[in-house]
Amino acid sequence: MLLYGLKRVLTLAPVFLAMSAVVFLIVHLVPGDPIDHMLQIGASPERRAELVARYGLDRPLPLQYLTWLVRVVSGDLGEAIILKRPVAQLIAANLPYSVALGGLALLFSTVVGATLGALAAYFADTAFDRAAMATILFGSTVPNFWLGLLMILIFAVQLGWFPVSGARSWDAVVLPVLTIGLGGVALIARVTRAALIDAWRQDFVTLLHAKGLSRRAIFARHLLRHALAPVVTILGLKIGWVLGGAVTIEYVFARPGLGSLLITSLAQRDYPVVQGCLLMLGVGVLIGTLLGDLAQAALDPRLRERLA
Amino acid sequence: MSRVHPLLRAAATPLGGPAAVYLVALIAAALLAPWIAPYPYDAQNLAEAALPPSTAHWLGTDEFGRDLFSRILYGARISLGVAVSSMMASVAIGLVVGAVAGYAGGWLDRGLMAGVDLTWSFPEILIALVMIAILGPGLGSTAVAITIGYLAQFARLSRAQIAALKGELYVEATVALGASHAHVLFAHLVPNALTPVLVAGMLAAGDAIVLEATLGYFGLGAQPPLPSWGAMMSSGVAQMFIAPWVIVFPGVAIALTVVAINLYGDALIDALQIRNRLRER
Repeated sequence: MLLYGLKRVLTLAPVFLAMSAVVFLIVHLVPGDPIDHMLQIGASPERRAELVARYGLDRPLPLQYLTWLVRVVSGDLGEAIILKRPVAQLIAANLPYSVALGGLALLFSTVVGATLGALAAYFADTAFDRAAMATILFGSTVPNFWLGLLMILIFAVQLGWFPVSGARSWDAVVLPVLTIGLGGVALIARVTRAALIDAWRQDFVTLLHAKGLSRRAIFARHLLRHALAPVVTILGLKIGWVLGGAVTIEYVFARPGLGSLLITSLAQRDYPVVQGCLLMLGVGVLIGTLLGDLAQAALDPRLRERLA
Repeated sequence: MSRVHPLLRAAATPLGGPAAVYLVALIAAALLAPWIAPYPYDAQNLAEAALPPSTAHWLGTDEFGRDLFSRILYGARISLGVAVSSMMASVAIGLVVGAVAGYAGGWLDRGLMAGVDLTWSFPEILIALVMIAILGPGLGSTAVAITIGYLAQFARLSRAQIAALKGELYVEATVALGASHAHVLFAHLVPNALTPVLVAGMLAAGDAIVLEATLGYFGLGAQPPLPSWGAMMSSGVAQMFIAPWVIVFPGVAIALTVVAINLYGDALIDALQIRNRLRER
């Protein structure tokens, strides 16, 4: 297991290097002088010279990337142009909000999605199944941010149950979690249902029937465990998409977080902050992928052997 | 029955039928917007700002008194136009990259697919935001973002099709007859791989509409006063408590369109009997 984990980390290393190189290149690909994008208009020549020296812009590009990477890994992400604070500080202040939101949304989608999928499979081809699947089709196709705006209109404005925006009280997290979670619920419910219906057709189920077990007992004691592996697979694959959802939804609910910070900084062209946020979100996706892979390998020994 | 074109057979199913009718009507409305919209999309009338739906303004007016129904019709031109054209570019590039990788194999395959898999590892919205960071906000960047964001899906699909086909006897026969690799690949293999990739592209057009709307809502896509469905909500959000229809109706247009694309696409997959070929490996 440890060996498998190490190998997975090693296969992700080139992805991290390539991703960080793209993020590094952003300031060089934007038309114009990279230094101009890191300075406020009317900055002093001394500040300019300081930045040229700091980023070593007279040296070849690969060397600049390496210098930048070393700084980044040691926690130095540069200085925000508009907010005039170290980018690392801004990210540290916003990260906990994003982690909490993403974690809760993931938990919500897993619990509700797996339950809904299991019920739909148990009552396959009944009115309940069809209603659940129709809701799921709707939930997985409407734009996430629009769902968030509707939630605000209905539950915050009309009913007044939750705050409209921000993150000042605990209940402000409910609507954002529901909004991100619904897409996840749709996905996980669909996978759970398919896995259970698939497992239902296997020989050991016929045997259990012959032994006299009830449909409910077969589902609860034998099939649910069987359906776990595909659900964990899809969770691992889609953790990044939950993060992507968080980026959008934070902005809709005006919550602090990496997504809000990224989108406002993009509009203001505050490149050091943009780079820092993109890098952190990219690393988040990679960590999510890794955790998903490890969970899958922990559940299924065959997988460890195949890749080890 | 089998003589009927699959596109029509899909439109004859209970779910694919209404979806096809809606999509045809939407495309017609988008093309004819200048002639059928009751008002110009940028005609401001502050005396009639933020009015609820009425007989004069079927879907109400926005914060500048612009007719929402007209703006949604014009918005369809931009939202559909950007999503469909960038999706076609994405399908075309993905098809060629995947086909070359799948046919060539070896280091070319590994190199091309490493690049493709890099974008595959990250959510489309993050890739789109990187593109916006480089190119700046606007419709052009949105188009590039969609093209690159969905490329991996088509490259992987087309590579899988080509890799499955290249061992076929007729391919060997064509090579033995002295045909060039380019001829074998583009005259014989790609046409056979085309259908699943095109259908995947059609389904992804729904996602592209949502991505365009999301960027528009962030204020990073279509810029005012151009009405894209997402950008309309971006400017309407400040007024959402007095004029919620400005938020609700463009969203309904997006939701209906995406659901229709999915339902028709699903019917088309059944009509073409290619459900298995849409899996990659």
